[in-house]
Amino acid sequence: MLFQNLLPAFVTGGLICAAAQILIDKTNLTPARIVVLFVSLGVVLTGLGLYDAVVDFGGAGATVPIVGFGYALAKGVEKGIAQYGLAGILSGGITASSAGIAAAVIFGWLAAVLSKSSAK
Amino acid sequence: MNMSKQAYQAYVKEISPPSPLGKNMLCAFLVGGAICTVGQFFSNWYTSMDMGKDAASTATSVTMIFLGALLTALNLYDNIAKFGGAGTIIPISGFANSIVSPAMEFKSEGLILGLAAKMFVVAGPVLVYGILTSSAYGLVLFLIGWLEGVS
Repeated sequence: MLFQNLLPAFVTGGLICAAAQILIDKTNLTPARIVVLFVSLGVVLTGLGLYDAVVDFGGAGATVPIVGFGYALAKGVEKGIAQYGLAGILSGGITASSAGIAAAVIFGWLAAVLSKSSAK
Repeated sequence: MNMSKQAYQAYVKEISPPSPLGKNMLCAFLVGGAICTVGQFFSNWYTSMDMGKDAASTATSVTMIFLGALLTALNLYDNIAKFGGAGTIIPISGFANSIVSPAMEFKSEGLILGLAAKMFVVAGPVLVYGILTSSAYGLVLFLIGWLEGVS
């Protein structure tokens, strides 16, 4: 149970990261741009109905990469519209990703406050 | 020099330096894959504790964000990043790293406009464009639903 689907996750996550590495090495795109691109790509692929199959196969290999954040936003918007109609366009995405955003803010703040920046 | 195409290609391959792209891609594949494998392990663990699928997925993201923030604070994540490249940037732990790293660097400029403001140097644009694209998708989805209802 604990060790199932590890290989598909490894391969899927690895391939997504290798694709990003090509963009870093072969284009002038900065890492920040690539991260933004991959989030938007996650939304678009989910909207086109293509990313569900990747998640079904890769599990965390598809949801842990930042593309999965776009997937969560798009899925949340779908759910929000089904529940609340027009207002769900605005509320759905952040509702679905709220725990991740809050965790990033809280852990990020704590980590920065408690750490000692190493001399560079 | 008279050479067949294959022989020439073999010759070019022999004298060119080893392509860093292949090596970088392999590193990104291995490190990114390993991080996602850790995520899958936690996901399996949370699922085995009778969490629902959505709750387990959320808990996994939170765990990976926590680990990314922790390893950044311990000055370990940047060392992994030197080797892993995109393999450390693209996973959600890299998102946490992009928050903690500038926050640590600008801590000396104060808790408000130093630490807190710089937390969103990269995370801010990710949220901005993530929300813009997903809302645009929602609008399209809503309009399609509306048109189907009208006709």
